[in-house]
Amino acid sequence: MTSVILLSLVLMTLALCLVFARLFIGPSLPDRVVALELFSSMIVGIIGVVAIATDVPSLLDVAIVMALMAFMAAIGFARFLERGGPRDD
Amino acid sequence: MIEFLKQGLILSGAIFMFLASLGLLRLPDLLTRMHATTKAATLGATLIMLAVALHFTQVAFVARAFGVIIFIMMTAPVAAHVIGRAGYFVGSKLWSGTVKDELRPNYDPLTHELKSGLDTEANARCKPKPGEGDTH
Repeated sequence: MTSVILLSLVLMTLALCLVFARLFIGPSLPDRVVALELFSSMIVGIIGVVAIATDVPSLLDVAIVMALMAFMAAIGFARFLERGGPRDD
Repeated sequence: MIEFLKQGLILSGAIFMFLASLGLLRLPDLLTRMHATTKAATLGATLIMLAVALHFTQVAFVARAFGVIIFIMMTAPVAAHVIGRAGYFVGSKLWSGTVKDELRPNYDPLTHELKSGLDTEANARCKPKPGEGDTH
């Protein structure tokens, strides 16, 4: 069990690094918003794995809040893009 | 038995998330990137939350894990739709190998007006070339 958890955490950390690369180079703002969205849903997964590894069930509340914040952030960014705020891509 | 199931769920969820990030990094334009990330990341988080539901035996925690699953499954398509719509309005470029853009002949980016497909059937039939249709 420990090795599986370690392996999945390593995989997800690598995935976070790849997403960060896209967040860094992403040519336009919508690409970066998509990267942030993926970031947050990946963090929900990592919180789930950590909750299993440490046997702390209250981390699930953190996962719920994380998913909710991600949704709100996506909606807010999309409104901002459609209204045409100042951007520098 | 449950232990093996849990391990399989965690591992496959992590692999799906890794594939989502690989797709985000490698695919050529905004819409294909969203096509990779939205579905694969939703599936990955769902699988990991199923493993959480198998791990904790109390009803409250299982219900919380299923709550996360339902919430992600409900919000991920909405968020992807909103971001894709905003990206199209902002005018993010499509991949050069895109075969068909059905919105382009029917949609006026200045007035946000969307014509019916029947009005512009002749337009829709001929393939839009890149650069054509930008009249403003």
